[in-house]
Amino acid sequence: MDFLGIIIILVKVLVVFAATLLTVLMMVYAERRVSAFMQGRLGPNRVGPQGLLQPIADGIKFLMKEDIIPAGVDKPIFILAPAILLIPALMTFAVIPFGSDIILFGRQIPLQVADVNVGILYVLALTSIGVYGIILAGWSSNSKYSLLGGLRSSAQLISYELAMGLAVVSIILLSGSLKLNDIVADQQGYFFSWNIFKQPLAFIIFLVAVYAETNRLPFDLSEAEQELVGGYHTEYSSMKFAMFFMAEYANMVTAAALTVTLFFGGWDFPLVNEASLGIWGVVLSVLSFILKMGFFLFLFIWVRWTFPRFRYDQLMKLGWKVLLPLALFNIFITAGYLTIKALA
Amino acid sequence: MGIVIKSYEPTFWDKLYFPALVKGLMVTLRYFFKRKVTIQYPDQKHIPPDGYRGLHRLNKYDDGRIRCVACEMCSAACPADCIEIVPGPAPWEGGKERHPVKFEINLLTCIFCGFCEMACPEKAIELTEIYDFSDYSREDLLIDRDGLLEVYDLTKNQNYYSRTDKSETSET
Repeated sequence: MDFLGIIIILVKVLVVFAATLLTVLMMVYAERRVSAFMQGRLGPNRVGPQGLLQPIADGIKFLMKEDIIPAGVDKPIFILAPAILLIPALMTFAVIPFGSDIILFGRQIPLQVADVNVGILYVLALTSIGVYGIILAGWSSNSKYSLLGGLRSSAQLISYELAMGLAVVSIILLSGSLKLNDIVADQQGYFFSWNIFKQPLAFIIFLVAVYAETNRLPFDLSEAEQELVGGYHTEYSSMKFAMFFMAEYANMVTAAALTVTLFFGGWDFPLVNEASLGIWGVVLSVLSFILKMGFFLFLFIWVRWTFPRFRYDQLMKLGWKVLLPLALFNIFITAGYLTIKALA
Repeated sequence: MGIVIKSYEPTFWDKLYFPALVKGLMVTLRYFFKRKVTIQYPDQKHIPPDGYRGLHRLNKYDDGRIRCVACEMCSAACPADCIEIVPGPAPWEGGKERHPVKFEINLLTCIFCGFCEMACPEKAIELTEIYDFSDYSREDLLIDRDGLLEVYDLTKNQNYYSRTDKSETSET
C-alpha cells in the first residue's frame, strides 16, 4: 500500500473515532434533556447555550473524582474490565459504511474505515467480546450486586444474540453477502427497496434484540438499580465508571448505525442516485445516514423513558420462546421464497 | 343474584403488544412537546395566589402612623406564641393613644396560620405573599417592628413578585 493510502485510512479512522466519541457526548446530553422534556421538566440548561456544554462539565467532574479501588477486588481484572468493554464498542463502527464513495486525489475512497468481507460477523463477534468486560467487571469487584449484574447481562446477551443473529441471517439471505457494503448496495434504488419493507418481522426482532444487547431499558436487567444498586459497575467510580458509561453509549451509536445499515438502506437517500451527483451526492448520503442514525438514537432514549423494565423470567421467556421461534420462522419463509424464486 | 364479571381476555390485537407499545410512545412524545412546568427559581419566581400566608407586615396609615394599638389580641391568638409586644403611649397627637414600642415576631416559631390577622381589631397585622425570606442565623429571623413596617412599604401598592399594582384592591 502506498503512502497516500495509509494517510487516507488514518484520516478516516480519526474522523470515525472522533465522530463516535462526539456522538457519545451528545447522547449523554440528549438523554438527560429528552428525559426531562418527556417528564415536563427542562433538564440541564445552564452550562453553555441550552446546556450544550453539560457533557464537558460532566467529563471534568468524572476526571476530578477520586478513583476508589475497593479492598478485596481482583485488581488487574478490575482495572482492565472497563477497557475490555469500551474498546470493542468503539471498534465496531469501523465496518459500517457511512456514505457513498468519494473521489479525491484521483482515487475512489469508500467512506468506511475497513471494508471487511465478513462485516456482519465482525460486528457480532465484537459485541460478544463486550460481554467479557461486563462479566469480568462483575466478577473482579468481589461484590454480590456486581456479580449478579454481570451474570444477568451475560445470560441476556447470549439469549438475545441468537435471535439477533437469526434476524440478520434473513437479511444476508436476501443480499447474498456478509459484506455491509453489498447489503447497502442491495437496498439502493426506490423507496421500497429498503430491507424494512422486505423484512418487517426481522426488523422487529432485530430492534428488540438490539435493546437487549445494549443493556438499555426495557432490558437493563444488568443494572436494575432497585435490585442491584448499580449492577456490574456498582464498585466503580471516577473515570472507570465513565468508561462503562461511554461504552454503553458507544454501543448504542453502533447499534443505531447497524440498524440503519441493515434495514434502512444505510446511507441511501431514496429515489436519488448518489454516485451521479458527485460531491453533493456524498454529502447527501452522509447527511441521510446521520439523520437516520439520529432517529434511532432518539428512539433509544424515547423507549427508555416510556417503558418499564421486564422481569427477569419475562425477559428470558421473550428471548427464547418468542423471538427465537419467530426468527427461525422468518428465515424459513425467506429461504423458501428465495428457493421458489430460483426454481421458477 | 350476583353479577358475573368476565375477566379480561386479551384479543389477538392485544397479544401483538406492538400497538400498545406505540400508544405508549405517543404519550411520551406528546409530553416531549408540551409546555414545561419548571420554574427556574432565582430567575423566575412563583407568584403565589391571593390569600397566600407568607411574611407578616405591620400596616400604617397614609400619614405614617402605625395602625397597631398594641392591644395584644394577636399575641393572645397566636397558637405558636411567637409574637412579643411591649405597649407604650403613642408619640403622635390625636387618634390612637397606644402604640407598640416593641413588636417582635419569631419567624422560626411562627406557623403562618393567619390567626393574628383574624384577631386584629385594627387590621394592623397582615400576612403578605413573600415566601423567600430565609437567612443564615436564628437572630436574623427575629423580625422587629421596623422590619415589619418595611415589609409594609414593600408590599403596600404592588405584588412583591409580579410587581403588578394592587392599590385598587387594597383596603388600606
